[in-house]
Amino acid sequence: MKVEHLSAFNFASTDLDPSLFLETAASRLAAGGRAVSYFAVPDRAGHRLVLALAFDREGRLEVYSTLFEGPFRALTPSFPQLHLFEREIYEQSGLKPEGHPWLKPIRFNGQGAVPGLADYFTVHGSQVHEVAVGPVHAGVIEPGHFRFQCHGERVFHLEIMLGYQHRGLERKFIGGPDGRSLHYAETLAGDTTIGHAWAYCGAVEALAAVNAPPRAQALRGIMLELERLASHTGDLGALAGDVAFLPTASFCGRLRGELLNMTALVCGNRFGRNMLKPGGVNFDLDFALAKELKLRLENTYRDVENAVSLLWETGSVTDRFEGTGVVPKEVAEGLGLVGPAARASGVGLDTRRNFPAGPYEGFTLGVSGSGDVYSRAYVRWLEIQKSAELVGGWLDALPEGPVAADCGALKPESAAVSLVEGWRGQICHVALTGRDGKFRHYKITDPSFQNWQALAMALRNGEISDFPLCNKSFNLSYCGRDL
Amino acid sequence: MEIVKTLFQFLAAALLAPLLPGVINRVKAFFAGRRGQPLGQLYYDLFKLLLKTPVYSRTTTWVFKAGPIIGVASLVTALALLPFAGRPSFFAFEGDFIFLIYLLGLARFATVLAALDTGSAFEGMGASREMQFAVFAEPAFFLGLAALARVTGQPSLAGMFGALTGDTWRTAAPVLALLTASFFIVLLAENSRVPADDPNTHLELTMIHEAMVLDHSGPDLAFILYGASLKLWLFGALICSTVLPRHTGSWASDSALFLLMMFGVAAGVGIVESVIARLRLTKVPFMLITAFAFSALALIFQMGR
Repeated sequence: MKVEHLSAFNFASTDLDPSLFLETAASRLAAGGRAVSYFAVPDRAGHRLVLALAFDREGRLEVYSTLFEGPFRALTPSFPQLHLFEREIYEQSGLKPEGHPWLKPIRFNGQGAVPGLADYFTVHGSQVHEVAVGPVHAGVIEPGHFRFQCHGERVFHLEIMLGYQHRGLERKFIGGPDGRSLHYAETLAGDTTIGHAWAYCGAVEALAAVNAPPRAQALRGIMLELERLASHTGDLGALAGDVAFLPTASFCGRLRGELLNMTALVCGNRFGRNMLKPGGVNFDLDFALAKELKLRLENTYRDVENAVSLLWETGSVTDRFEGTGVVPKEVAEGLGLVGPAARASGVGLDTRRNFPAGPYEGFTLGVSGSGDVYSRAYVRWLEIQKSAELVGGWLDALPEGPVAADCGALKPESAAVSLVEGWRGQICHVALTGRDGKFRHYKITDPSFQNWQALAMALRNGEISDFPLCNKSFNLSYCGRDL
Repeated sequence: MEIVKTLFQFLAAALLAPLLPGVINRVKAFFAGRRGQPLGQLYYDLFKLLLKTPVYSRTTTWVFKAGPIIGVASLVTALALLPFAGRPSFFAFEGDFIFLIYLLGLARFATVLAALDTGSAFEGMGASREMQFAVFAEPAFFLGLAALARVTGQPSLAGMFGALTGDTWRTAAPVLALLTASFFIVLLAENSRVPADDPNTHLELTMIHEAMVLDHSGPDLAFILYGASLKLWLFGALICSTVLPRHTGSWASDSALFLLMMFGVAAGVGIVESVIARLRLTKVPFMLITAFAFSALALIFQMGR
């Protein structure tokens, strides 16, 4: 059923007959649909499978659901983008996707499951060796297990096993919204606070049929783009650090701090916590603050430009970036990649353009690339330029009016899909309400969920010593995926 | 009296070597706009490590424990062969430069064996990379020293650098310049500096030398770190003695000039690390082949002179 982005729809009307559901799903996926969410909701004796599809070119959303009590036919063999979704469904509901090629837990959140303890894909041969990295790493990073099948320095296959960060966040939303729901969304992936908080607010506002006032939308836009600026700047610095190129690494580390401080100037928190609320925002900008932000943005942007341009001008850096960790366009489309990683492979997908909402009407961003580390770095630089331009524009012309509207009770027996382009890519929140107008189910898809697969593909036939560089070029979230 | 001076030279080298990494770090910090760690940081680290109790994995044998000791012992011996500011070394004999290369080889062999003894995938990878690059670095270094022996007509290190004067630079400048370049590239590769390796990385998959010593701790790690600084000193000293064959006649001013030059080389390494990125692992051999070509060219020029 065709639904509107950011508006509530009657959940019961998405229901299809089970066999028709699988047929429709297959035909809509074949027609260019991209699964933004696919999950199981407990319903009566069985589970209801819910599939949300996005048709990016038309900016259209479709949602289908059906009731299953037993196994169902896996669509993964034809549509690899469902691979993780179907594994997740099996893990969370016990409905078995029959014919799934690699059905193992993705988060180990079942009874008695030990994270990481599962079968791994192995390659046999006298000179093939296995390298296991993590879940405890040498740096201060999140836990994840990476298993390489190598021949010398060459990687045949990389299998990424996550789930160590699973906190059961989605379950915590059920029965909400309550005082904690927003904060769960904010802390879902700490570096994407604004992105997830906005997606959550979007879902709640859709279900409550409230529109955030224009000034609130612009302020949200400023915060989201500042988050993007800070993360991309930090990542470019970290990429430079990984190839031991000191100048950019040192400067970008400092500049990321400057950008985070700008966020703190508005709401008191460097990551933008407590800035958003359903209905609007908690903090307003006065004239002096807007001027100060604008000044800081200009200064910081100039420094970022200087530091980052060194990357493209230094031969030793471009030599290291080019041709490393290539993700071809077909792979990116096949796996349903999102965000800068997809755009670096030439997939023209950006929620701000394909599903414009709030301040992003008329957003244009043309990016394409060769799918290597260089492209992923360069796409970030293009986005830094665009974000700085957007923030500057909004600061100059903030709409007048209130910064928040009252957000009342949610519509019962409804659902809403909320998409936001976080700095890692498309964030999808799907909220379902029960008869009492409380969340019956809440499904979150962080961009890292799909994009971790891209890292594994990037390493295929690459060099094992390039792994840290490739990893940093995606810079994915562990907790955002493990939820 | 002469023996006291050589003893003094040897002690100075042994004591001042840990200062070199400090100089490199300060230069890098300067370029990055930071203050950087104290110059003598490695001394503190060594002191701290020496007081610690080492931890040994149950899978390791005596080979693992012997690695750092053989490594540091070989390098201390190599240091004794090394002339200081053109002055003779502790013991010099004909063809001692071959012995020097073997000592460095022995240190590497011991470290690699110790790494393999752990049975860890990371250490194995590090050992394999170290050996691969050594295959390219050693011929470049050996050929370089052989060319130097030809230039000066002396078969011992002390003789070579004693015979090297400003006049040699006037007559054989291309040969010496090529040798200096070759030695500098070998210095970068052998001491795990950028662009061959990244001494700052904490990522096991990209490490070369660091990956081999991940399992060492306490005094063993102190020996390894100290050995590494001696190695840096050794290559630095060879470059200084080649570039600056000044003999003012006064022992004190020669030594002071030499030390200044050593810090200059360290600063040079720091500058290189500050302005270029690390090479792709598969491209490091090309860099070392370049060093080999420089050495070979130097030898050919010298033969044709």
